[in-house]
Amino acid sequence: MANTLLEFRNLKTYFYTEAGVVKAVNDVSFSIREGETVCVVGESGCGKSITAMSLMRLIPSPPGKIEGGEILYQGKDLLKLKDGEMRMLRGNEISMIFQEPMTSLNPVLKIGEQIMEPLIEHKFLSKREARQKAIELIEQVGIPRAAEIVDAYPHELSGGMRQRIMIAIALSCDPKLLIADEPTTALDVTIQAQILDLLRRLKQERNMSLMLITHDLGVVAEMADYVVVMYAGKVIEQAPVKEIFKNPRHPYTKGLLKAKPIIGQRTTRLYNIPGMVPNPIGLGDNCHFSDRCEHCMEICLTKQPQLKEDANGSKVACWLYEGEGA
Amino acid sequence: MSEQLLEVKDLKKYFPIKAGVFQRTVGHVKAVDGVSFTVKRGETLGLVGESGCGKSTVGRTIVRLYDKTEGSVLYKGQDIHELPKKELRKLRPKMQLVFQDPFSSLNPRLKVGESIGEALVDHGFCSPSEMREKVLTVLDICGLAPYHYDRYPHEFSGGQRQRIGIARALILKPDFIVLDEPVSALDVSIQAQIINLLTDLQERQELTYLFISHDLSVVEHICTKVAVMYLGSMVEMASRDELFNHPLHPYTKALLSAVPIPDPTLKRERIILQGDIPSPANPPKGCKFHTRCPLATDICREQVPEFRDMGGNHFVACHLV
Repeated sequence: MANTLLEFRNLKTYFYTEAGVVKAVNDVSFSIREGETVCVVGESGCGKSITAMSLMRLIPSPPGKIEGGEILYQGKDLLKLKDGEMRMLRGNEISMIFQEPMTSLNPVLKIGEQIMEPLIEHKFLSKREARQKAIELIEQVGIPRAAEIVDAYPHELSGGMRQRIMIAIALSCDPKLLIADEPTTALDVTIQAQILDLLRRLKQERNMSLMLITHDLGVVAEMADYVVVMYAGKVIEQAPVKEIFKNPRHPYTKGLLKAKPIIGQRTTRLYNIPGMVPNPIGLGDNCHFSDRCEHCMEICLTKQPQLKEDANGSKVACWLYEGEGA
Repeated sequence: MSEQLLEVKDLKKYFPIKAGVFQRTVGHVKAVDGVSFTVKRGETLGLVGESGCGKSTVGRTIVRLYDKTEGSVLYKGQDIHELPKKELRKLRPKMQLVFQDPFSSLNPRLKVGESIGEALVDHGFCSPSEMREKVLTVLDICGLAPYHYDRYPHEFSGGQRQRIGIARALILKPDFIVLDEPVSALDVSIQAQIINLLTDLQERQELTYLFISHDLSVVEHICTKVAVMYLGSMVEMASRDELFNHPLHPYTKALLSAVPIPDPTLKRERIILQGDIPSPANPPKGCKFHTRCPLATDICREQVPEFRDMGGNHFVACHLV
């Protein structure tokens, strides 16, 4: 089994707002091994993006603050690094791509300059070398006419091409870990298929680890080796991908899988999870899913279940499975 | 039962491109370029395609939010684009729209109940004093509570706002609703709730839907008939089962194979289309899809394929089938 590259240990990221404290990430632990794709799934507001932002140390502070826990990257706690040391890692060994490629590219800089920047900053290349490398990278992400594109501005490119450029920038310094935050959500299906294909290929070529944040279970099934399901700031289930789809355990995971319409499998009526995600301010000590859960028991209303490992190495946080496995 | 409710014939909608100091028209974006279809009462027609293919423009032109460039839209035999303003206004309540982002279509300073009831009073269906009661009934139908009447749009979640959008369309007792990406902005669990609500309403009130979406799995679930658009033209149209089981057009096949399926054990051959969608201001000659089509031949580059019936009302525009 490959070595662990990154480990979240009891990460807590809170936001202090006027209305109260939002525990956006509340005691999250999971790890990513070398060369592995870990998908973090969940609905909006479940804390999946904040987990990634905490890892990059990009949480706006105030109002946000990492209140506890550790993020171990190759054994080092990222949260204890000095700003300068973190800057050496960010964009170099760990890089990130975002959902909206237009808002994350600088509109007044040429594409080439934006790809060259990390190369000059981290790899100490000369301008000429960096430009040459930029052209190679543009070719690698599958854009034709790389020599022309290098001098284009972001607005001249389509959404899919912009996302490819983002990937090129992220990969410029050969990162060990790539974080992709909903990389295809803003794209059309045919373009999404292209980008996912590209990510998969590049990951394999470079033996990179990928942390993919998504809400689309279809994308998860296609990309993931390991899946982490989040709900209201907590990890509620984590398991290898085949296990999650074949044998989901948490009622929320089951519900999510049933609620999604699937091509070729028609039902007269979709399963739906009643109610909605709870208000993140002032969550109690109950299981946060209890008000939407059809198996809700008395204990669910008073005590929060902990993430327990079962015999297969999958973990689930639900009172239904208490006393099993572990 | 199978009465023709809507008949669209060769509809075209061009938007001018203006440039220079004098804002002269230098070209046209052919957002919708010759689209024909019919919708029967009680049917749900799904309109699918990628961004910029003109599906929303079709939706808006058939209810005359945009004036057409050419063609005709017959609603129960009347041409909507030829009707005088007064007549059109009488028809408006019968045809309603629900948008993707209900937040931007709700007045943030108006109580939700007033937003919903406004049209009732405007059209003279009831007096302001009767409005509240009617709104409460509709709120209930759409799964909202009476106390929601006095709240403002920002107090609602995405799913609830979409329910408000639906309530607002529903209160006028329409026959026909254009749903423009109604669930695209919602999370999976909420999406399922809204889809179920739409299906229930359709059964109860005998509604006819035009369902515009880019999500094929949702379209397969809710629609009875599906039309696929590419760059302003229709490339294929058939009943749902026919289209999903036997897609004929290469674009439809590629679209279907591009949808990720939530089953990690499934291994399938994928058709990955090369390149991007061309600009609708300057579409390719011949078949518009030929620049990305894996099967394109010489004839595709020169001649526009005819949209023809392949039997059993399965229409397709491709030289190769």
